[in-house]
Amino acid sequence: MSKPRTLFEKVWEAHLVRPETPETPAVLYIDLHLIHEVTSPQAFTELRQRGLRVRRPDKTLGTMDHSTPTTPRNHLGIIPVIDPLAISQLEQLRKNCAEFGIPLFELGDENQGIVHVIGPEQGLTQPGMTIVCGDSHTSTHGAFGALAFGIGTSEVGHVLATQCLLQRKPKTCAVRIEGRLGPGVTAKDIILALIAKYGVGGGTGYVFEYMGEAIRALSMEERMTICNMSIEGGARAGMVAPDDTTFEYIAGRPFAPKGAAFEAAVARWRTLPTDEGAVFDHELTLSASELKPMITYGTNPGMGIPIDAPVPRPEDMPDARSRAALDKALAYMGLEPGKPLLGHPVDVVFIGSCTNSRLSDLRQAAQFFRGRKVAPGVRVMVVPGSQQVKRAAEAEGLDRIFKEAGAEWREAGCSACLGMNDDKVPPGKYAVSTSNRNFEGRQGPGARTMLASPLTAAAAAVTGVVTDPRTLLN
Amino acid sequence: MEPISIITGKAVVLPVENIDTDQIIPARFLKVTDKSGLAAGLFEAWRYLPDGTPNPDFPLNRPAAAGATILISGRNFGCGSSREHAPWALQDYGFRAVIAPSFADIFRSNALKIGLLPVTIEQTIYDELVAMYANDPQMALTIDLAAQTVTLPDGRQVSFPIDAFSKYCLLHGVDQLGFLLNQAEAIAAYEASHPQPVKTTG
Ligand code: SF4
Repeated sequence: MSKPRTLFEKVWEAHLVRPETPETPAVLYIDLHLIHEVTSPQAFTELRQRGLRVRRPDKTLGTMDHSTPTTPRNHLGIIPVIDPLAISQLEQLRKNCAEFGIPLFELGDENQGIVHVIGPEQGLTQPGMTIVCGDSHTSTHGAFGALAFGIGTSEVGHVLATQCLLQRKPKTCAVRIEGRLGPGVTAKDIILALIAKYGVGGGTGYVFEYMGEAIRALSMEERMTICNMSIEGGARAGMVAPDDTTFEYIAGRPFAPKGAAFEAAVARWRTLPTDEGAVFDHELTLSASELKPMITYGTNPGMGIPIDAPVPRPEDMPDARSRAALDKALAYMGLEPGKPLLGHPVDVVFIGSCTNSRLSDLRQAAQFFRGRKVAPGVRVMVVPGSQQVKRAAEAEGLDRIFKEAGAEWREAGCSACLGMNDDKVPPGKYAVSTSNRNFEGRQGPGARTMLASPLTAAAAAVTGVVTDPRTLLN
Repeated sequence: MEPISIITGKAVVLPVENIDTDQIIPARFLKVTDKSGLAAGLFEAWRYLPDGTPNPDFPLNRPAAAGATILISGRNFGCGSSREHAPWALQDYGFRAVIAPSFADIFRSNALKIGLLPVTIEQTIYDELVAMYANDPQMALTIDLAAQTVTLPDGRQVSFPIDAFSKYCLLHGVDQLGFLLNQAEAIAAYEASHPQPVKTTG
């Protein structure tokens, strides 16, 4: 019998053009390369300067998401771009894709959206694949049992030119999440709790494999939320073993195999899960049954607490370094140590981003808006992750629920997740956001971000303060 | 890429842990389509006061830090997004190396690709360097890539790890794409013998 292997090891070994040696890293073949306007232009410039072509445009897909406006379409059905720098960046991507023969979902296209929303939605993301993108949340695609990770622009150039990357084999870490989630507690709360427990550097050097009863019970969209934030825990990639939930999600999507080819693919995918007895380099654990809705109070995603807990006090910190970090974070956030966050006023609510902008996220949020109004003085942005999500939400009337409550229903894109386009949180204002990063200035200069689930964000939107979403459940 | 062998220079200490790439260069500076001028956005929110004038308390703005080529910072440096603009901005500002107790994986990989040397040292050595810098803001260090050592101001040498391949590329100024391009035959053989799961072109 061959040595039992982990899911990661199976995918890794199947993509070795050359194994690593002490002198040289592995040459790893990439099955799918997603590109967007922000991290690709310099890579294309490099290609041109060296007279290189794109080796596999048929394994590459472009979308526009980061610098695009999400303002509603004008009377011509067009989403107007006003920022001249954004115009030139989008134009550059259009030119690059045209010149090198790469398919592109442009702004306004019916398939356009956040890069990590469209891959799975199109059926391009499949178990056992290697997937990269010049974006750290590429870890999202690991929910399908793919090895997916973010790369820098130099590496974008490597993959464009050779369809390969030079990589040292990362270590493996089993993340066991047992138990069942209680009502009002979501996948987002699992991942926020995990990062709060193990810190933002806890996964550095590892690929996470999420497993256990709680993970098996999750839908694909929920698994994506968890894998998405692997990078916030320091892990470049996070994976979930494919199962029937995975196969059902993929079946019938535009790029999924059809008919007999699908059956053959499923048979292959069933061999991917980690073998009995396979050894991981490290293990982390979390009990889902004890979790409460989570929210962050600080300036990195590890600074999170159960929603009814007080903000930590510097004197409770184990060492001087974490005390200093907490002092700095609380000064930026304008929060008092030892005080609860519950009841803290909120100025902006952002429901969107590659973490939580899929149909199930919007449905969850909508249940609190139905028959209620956005609290006075609160700006609520609801931003679907893709044009497809937008259409699906509109087909079931979610847009009307949001708009009637007084929330903004916007076009698809990264929006206020990163303070790069027009959607920003004003300086000093408090936002409850379903995105993944609460770094200083992430949502705009001086913005104060509290990360939470779509339920918790929606609860804040209709009450105007940080609210335990469980109190609104019926 | 310029070969790197020995980096000797003034250091500046930014004693903060978990510095993320949004601090190193905020997203609104990422609308460029080339690599030029990114130094202007480096640590922008910390370097400038709200009125746009330089923040005199920010370590990089102190007169002693002028001309520093080595940045020393807290653990998990460069966490967050994969933007290569972060090491580009540090390099554009004049830094040639960053010393920290640990680095985020993607930042480290990006920095190595462009010849900004990430140097990992023990937490205790980092703590000592912070203390030494407090006494001597003109503190200089020498990093010897071939020997994989940092010479501290008091003459002690500490070693640092680096992957053999990255080291070779940096020492010889070779870029990694050239190595990959030479694998064309092996790549073609791989493609011919493996099923191709998806085609984006339909
Ligand atoms: S939604 Fe946010 S985190 Fe996701 S890809 Fe866009 S900017 Fe990055």
